[in-house]
Amino acid sequence: MKEKLVLIGNGMAGMRTLEELLKLAPEKYDITVFGEEPYGNYNRIMLSPVLAGEKTINEIMINDLQWYEDNNVTLHSGKKVTRIDRVKRQVMADDGTVEPYDRLLLATGSRPFMLPVPGADLPGVISFRDIKDVDTMLETSKTHKKAVVIGGGLLGLEAANGLMLQGMDVTVVHISETLMNQQLDSAASDLMLEELKGKGLNFLMSHATESISGDNRVEKVHFKDGSEIDADLVVMAVGIRPNIELAQSAGIHCERGIVVDDTMQTFDPTIYAVGECVQHRSQTFGLVAPLFEQAKVCANHLAQMGIARYISTVTSTKLKVTGIDLFSAGDFNGDEDTEDLVFKDAARHVYKKLVIRDDRLIGVVLYGDTVDGTWYFQLMKDGTDVSDIRENMLFGQHHIGDSGHGAANSTDNLPDDAEICGCNGVCKGDITKAISQHNLYTLDEVKAHTKASASCGSCAGLVEQILASTLGSDFNDTPSKKAMCGCTDMSHDEVKTAIKEQELKNIPQLIEALEWKNPDGCHSCRPALNYYMLSSWPKEYADDPQSRFINERVHANIQKDGTYSVVPRIWGGVTNPRELRAIADISEKYKVPTVKITGGQRIDLLGVKKDDLPKMWADLSDAGFVSGHAYGKSLRTVKTCVGSEWCRFGTQDSTGLGIKVEKMTWGSWTPHKFKIAVSGCPRNCAEATIKDIGVVCVDSGYELHVGGNGGIKVRATDFLCKVATEEEAMEYIAAYMQLYREEGHYLERTAPWIERVGLKHVQALVVEDETNRKRLAQRFYESQENAQTDPWAEHAAKHKENYIPIKQVS
Amino acid sequence: MSWTEVGPLADIPNKGSRVLVTKDGDVAVFRTAGDEVFALYDQCPHKAGPLSQGIVYDKRVACPLHNWVIDMESGEATGPDEGCTRTFETKIENGVVYISL
Ligand code: SRM
Ligand SMILES: Cc1cc2nc3c(=O)[nH]c(=O)nc-3n(C[C@H](O)[C@H](O)[C@H](O)COP(=O)(O)OP(=O)(O)OC[C@H]3O[C@@H](n4cnc5c(N)ncnc54)[C@H](O)[C@@H]3O)c2cc1C
Ligand code: SF4
Ligand code: FES
Repeated sequence: MKEKLVLIGNGMAGMRTLEELLKLAPEKYDITVFGEEPYGNYNRIMLSPVLAGEKTINEIMINDLQWYEDNNVTLHSGKKVTRIDRVKRQVMADDGTVEPYDRLLLATGSRPFMLPVPGADLPGVISFRDIKDVDTMLETSKTHKKAVVIGGGLLGLEAANGLMLQGMDVTVVHISETLMNQQLDSAASDLMLEELKGKGLNFLMSHATESISGDNRVEKVHFKDGSEIDADLVVMAVGIRPNIELAQSAGIHCERGIVVDDTMQTFDPTIYAVGECVQHRSQTFGLVAPLFEQAKVCANHLAQMGIARYISTVTSTKLKVTGIDLFSAGDFNGDEDTEDLVFKDAARHVYKKLVIRDDRLIGVVLYGDTVDGTWYFQLMKDGTDVSDIRENMLFGQHHIGDSGHGAANSTDNLPDDAEICGCNGVCKGDITKAISQHNLYTLDEVKAHTKASASCGSCAGLVEQILASTLGSDFNDTPSKKAMCGCTDMSHDEVKTAIKEQELKNIPQLIEALEWKNPDGCHSCRPALNYYMLSSWPKEYADDPQSRFINERVHANIQKDGTYSVVPRIWGGVTNPRELRAIADISEKYKVPTVKITGGQRIDLLGVKKDDLPKMWADLSDAGFVSGHAYGKSLRTVKTCVGSEWCRFGTQDSTGLGIKVEKMTWGSWTPHKFKIAVSGCPRNCAEATIKDIGVVCVDSGYELHVGGNGGIKVRATDFLCKVATEEEAMEYIAAYMQLYREEGHYLERTAPWIERVGLKHVQALVVEDETNRKRLAQRFYESQENAQTDPWAEHAAKHKENYIPIKQVS
Repeated sequence: MSWTEVGPLADIPNKGSRVLVTKDGDVAVFRTAGDEVFALYDQCPHKAGPLSQGIVYDKRVACPLHNWVIDMESGEATGPDEGCTRTFETKIENGVVYISL
């Protein structure tokens, strides 16, 4: 017999828990759900857009009645549970229904707090919490004119905006001088106040409500200062209280909320609780992002996997009032120990404030221009040391590094047919439609459904913005602990640690030990795992070609017509007539349709048939060439300029050093591709300052620059340090590359890696700590011992069968 | 049903594939982790990418060009993508793979 699980509370947190549970252990429980509201489960957050007339109730259903049927979940909707009998382990509802349980999940949410003033119980005085409230507001707006919203917080402003759009004359009454004082400082509040007034809302700031009066329904609101205002409808939005009466009456330990531990268990081990009704480490909740995290953890324990822990993190807020751009997170007021960076342009209605403590960002308020909200939030969550970027960070991510230009404008202003993802031709409208039709919450989900940002990823920021503005803060923006892929909940870092700590030495072993959901992994995690194995156990691990993307598997780049390109290594970009003649002969022999000089100072032979690859490689190998790894997450090119050997400005032998560096680093696998350049003087003709590491020669030595990127998002390098000799330059390069190999996430280039860990961190380990630098370099040299065999020669000699058909039938 | 011999199962890499050239075009013959064999017309329903070159997991293959994931049993694209490629029946006898073209 299956165990019985009963859920009380058919809302966002409880149902998310069930969804997560069904993914993990679909057959484990016989599930029954009680919901006081007479519907399936809906997206409560979206009540604001419904009130504003931007959405319908049908559009905000998450799980309709059919879903419950399809998943064999019994739903008692419209029934309120009135008693929990913990001895008999059963619950009773107001209509007499009795359900026994083995495990009970409480997700009763919260109740709106109603000011205890005379008249608060008059008809026409309501809260803003559920569909019923929205219905009342919509009805009233048809027959009445004057609305008063008490409370100028997030909810109050969304209610006021909606009622105004329904044609009512709305006044917001707020107790303090600052609107949304939980989320804004007074400067941002002033700007918002001005804009909301411009939209037609009225405000009574610093007004305390004393009573409400009327004969049969509400007519007036009276204030402590003696003034009063006419009202046909009063909406109270002054706060919420965890809904704990039921739990309390059953003797479950409650303080402000139902007290739970890190596994979401209450003091009764058979009873769990999630959502706004809980209190976790003395904190209560009012936004969905943390509740969804709780849901994951709780599901994990209900499925008896027993590994997850809930750790509360910072949350961020946005206001869902069309045309108002607002972002706030963390401690935005600060104290004596914090410093503020403030930008204000009142004419453009833009205000930004960053609060910094000990070189870490701890709070953000953005008003009017929220493009960089996601980025700041990420810096906060990662605890990144911002001392290096603080000068420019207020101006946004695209001002970090002086040639960059990242995601541009706020997406709110874009029309529906604006193309967001250039790779897959996905427009803004496609994305917003998919988000609301399929109830998507995360970037990954949008990726899966629309392919937006599924390719080059440069539009991920824009997609996140669209998500954020479509969903409000019901949006799990790039969680800092991001699961590697759908096969696991573990992040890249957690997987890497587990590989080391549990000594996992191959992919099948890892998949079993870390309980991957898919026994073979998938096309996204397998290449990553293969890399982590290679970099963790360079001497022992046997590479798994089947876990490599085709290009790396066959050592050539696949082209759109299924042919391949071949790029031989040309050390430092220097060649000679003999090599060129060999390339010419080989190109003719295999009828290569296109011979092209690449952007990396070498020659690309495009349009080669797969069966010809091994033959061609054998010929190239005879002529002295090795693979250029143009296909690999590995060292690509070392670009050089002519340098002191010829150039009238050259200060050092940049060409010679480039060739030495390439001979040292070729063949190494890295988290993403790795590019190097050496320029002979600060004129920098080899473009060293947009490479993963670049050397700029000067009279007195060699400047080392790191973390540059051309490509999708240009980032100029950061200056790492200056060294005096070639030998030192080589050692630093080896050490730096090794640090990246050990710390970088798979498919993370050095630019985002350095932004994640901070330049200081890299300097500390590579420049300041000599012993550590030598150790890093040593590890690099050691793993190179196994890496520098030419894969082309090897495959041409030993693995020809990989390149030819198994058979030809007529 | 007439069966055509493809070759020994051992000649197809585990979690990999080999191509069978026929007069009607290439057929990708896949071998899964569990040594099951599937065959698909070697053209992705998206933009005709060679599925034989993709990463194989479970009973699926991810197309090398733009990562559509094709179910090898049905030939259908999975998830949000829509499209279908032809499938062929296969069998293994005494370690030798046969296909019905
Ligand atoms: C051949 C070449 C273009 C050319 O004709 O010049 C080229 C061709 C490709 N580039 Fe590139 N890139 C080439 C130089 C560059 C450069 C210039 C450079 O290296 O100085 C850049 C900008 C510098 C940089 O990387 O920071 C560049 C930035 C990219 C990017 C964006 C990377 C980024 O971090 O933003 C991609 C996409 C990716 O890697 O995910 C990419 C990807 C590709 C791929 C591999 C696309 C693909 O997956 O099929 C192309 C392979 C074509 C092929 O089969 O050969 N290519 N690519 C160049 C080969 C250089 C070489 O000798 O190896
Ligand atoms: C208008 C509005 C806008 C919002 N906007 C945002 C936003 O932009 N971003 C954001 O992050 N959050 C927002 N929120 C908050 C978010 O909706 C809540 O955090 C979330 O819904 C809480 O989930 P929950 O499951 O804990 O509670 P709920 O979703 O309230 O679910 C609890 C359910 O339990 C039922 N219930 C209670 N007691 C019983 C009982 N004894 N028997 C049976 N059923 C019972 C209730 O009827 C209710 O349906 C908004 C909320 C509102 C009202
Ligand atoms: S070679 Fe590079 S820039 Fe040109 S189309 Fe391919 S990926 Fe794009
Ligand atoms: S051709 Fe297969 S995914 Fe595009």
